[in-house]
Amino acid sequence: MDYALIEKNAKRRQIAYLAAIGLVLVLWAILVLFPFYWMLLTSVKSYGSYSSEFVPKLFTLHPTLENFASAFSQVPLSGYFLNTVIFTVITTALMLFVTILAAFAFSRLRFPGRDLIFVAFLALMMIPSELVVITNFVTITQWGLRNTFLGLILPSVTSVFYIYLLKENFSQVPDELYYAAKVDGTSDFKYLWKVLLPICQPTVVTIAILKIIECWNSYVWPRLITDKQDYFLVSVGIQEIRENGFGRENIPAMMAAVTVISLPLIVLFLIFRKKIMAGVARGGTKG
Amino acid sequence: MEKNNPKGFLYLLPAFLFLGFFLVYPLIDVFVYSFQENYNFASQTYTGVGLYNYAYVLHDPYFLQALKNTFLLVLITVPLSTGLALLISLCLSSIQKLRELFQTIFFLPYVTNTLAVGLVFMILFRKTAYSDGFVNLILNALGFASVDFLSGPYWAKMLVLCLYTVWIVMPFKILILTSALASVDQTYRNAARVDGASKGRIFWRITLPMISPSLFYLVITGFIGAFKAYSDAVALFGTDLNAAGMNTIVGYVYDMLYGNAGGYPSYASAAAILLFAIVLTITCINLLVSKKHVHYV
Repeated sequence: MDYALIEKNAKRRQIAYLAAIGLVLVLWAILVLFPFYWMLLTSVKSYGSYSSEFVPKLFTLHPTLENFASAFSQVPLSGYFLNTVIFTVITTALMLFVTILAAFAFSRLRFPGRDLIFVAFLALMMIPSELVVITNFVTITQWGLRNTFLGLILPSVTSVFYIYLLKENFSQVPDELYYAAKVDGTSDFKYLWKVLLPICQPTVVTIAILKIIECWNSYVWPRLITDKQDYFLVSVGIQEIRENGFGRENIPAMMAAVTVISLPLIVLFLIFRKKIMAGVARGGTKG
Repeated sequence: MEKNNPKGFLYLLPAFLFLGFFLVYPLIDVFVYSFQENYNFASQTYTGVGLYNYAYVLHDPYFLQALKNTFLLVLITVPLSTGLALLISLCLSSIQKLRELFQTIFFLPYVTNTLAVGLVFMILFRKTAYSDGFVNLILNALGFASVDFLSGPYWAKMLVLCLYTVWIVMPFKILILTSALASVDQTYRNAARVDGASKGRIFWRITLPMISPSLFYLVITGFIGAFKAYSDAVALFGTDLNAAGMNTIVGYVYDMLYGNAGGYPSYASAAAILLFAIVLTITCINLLVSKKHVHYV
């Protein structure tokens, strides 16, 4: 067999191999993107043209924004949106406050039983949220906090995992900085605020973003604790829109609402892509 | 450093309060509820202590249906999504160009609202009087008859639920496996290649054992996640999952707590504890199996 033929066969095999790989990747990319395309496409079709298509069309030549207008005018979408923003911002801020203080105590301060308490905290990570939701529902109901922001927020604040993540990061900061600050007469709190947080800012930002995603998508707790539209978050709101809004068959308007709800997180993801993916790789649990 | 700084407790106080009220106390209380018979939500009274709640749940046809649905979902989606994620990650790790683009695209489902995008799946699969829907259009083009996926036969509904679940869980798995593959030391593979090992042999003998801890981690989290499936089903079939025959165990727990059939925290607690007994058992089995097959370097 001559050498040129062997080389040619090897090259051919290499090309076929690469083509197979490309095919798999492109196919999955299409499967991932298609629902998003369909969502956008349907949201810009007019109601008339959508319902006259027995065979759905893959593109439209007459895009319209009327569905977005009716998404905001016929159903209280802007209300759902605002509620979710308020809920997300307050919950994330409270979570950061609790987490930063706890992580600081565990990583820098010495007090009796610290390591034991930390192990107990880690053990709490194993408690599944489905078990505690039942009692929390009863507690919040008895406190009369159903259909309030307080009732929505309070049980959603705690995240043991983020305490762990931040504690690990705080512990990496050299002790010398702390001693130097102490010699200069800096208080613990000032050291945390002026030295530790700026150094560990990337991790703080990561856990904040992960919490924002979690809050924006939360469904179970908001559904249990709210039954007045005034306090619906987007997940509960979109379900309400599906079952009672728009007259059941106005799919384009529904898709416009879905687009509006999905957009903020997609934008956030495109901005903080690397941070989010690294953060999820370290401790994401969805899936 | 001060040896004894009681201020530490002050810093921990907020965390103690939140975790105590909303995590530790509820965990204890859920067991208490599950043994209180005939608990009345309004008056907070109960008539006895015993196993009646568990017996009730285990005889409830809705719970048995939910159990069946959940087990089917777990058994189909966990192997399917893990295998598919492995294939895609292998493909991703063997290209250089466009890799970041593909990674970004593949991660998108992670940051979407499960309820919202579920509606898109619903209209893709839905068959109405006006239109058979996009998926049926493709089926027709391939020569199959239209199927009513969302209110038709059981297998069709289960198929849609499984497909949507796989779509949702793939980003996390691809992410974990891609980073695992990236951290495999190339020396071993190069040595094997010099020795003339085939691609398949390199995969089975080197790559797979090296990434087995990540793979195993995904199987465990996959089992746990799939057993807790709920919002994907709501997105596709609406809030009344019992009527659709597509309820899951977690859905059963929440329906017992709240909603049309709600107001029974005792039954909900018993069902939730049963679910976690199942999940714990499966996880232990997984751990035992992994001891034989996972290589920790």
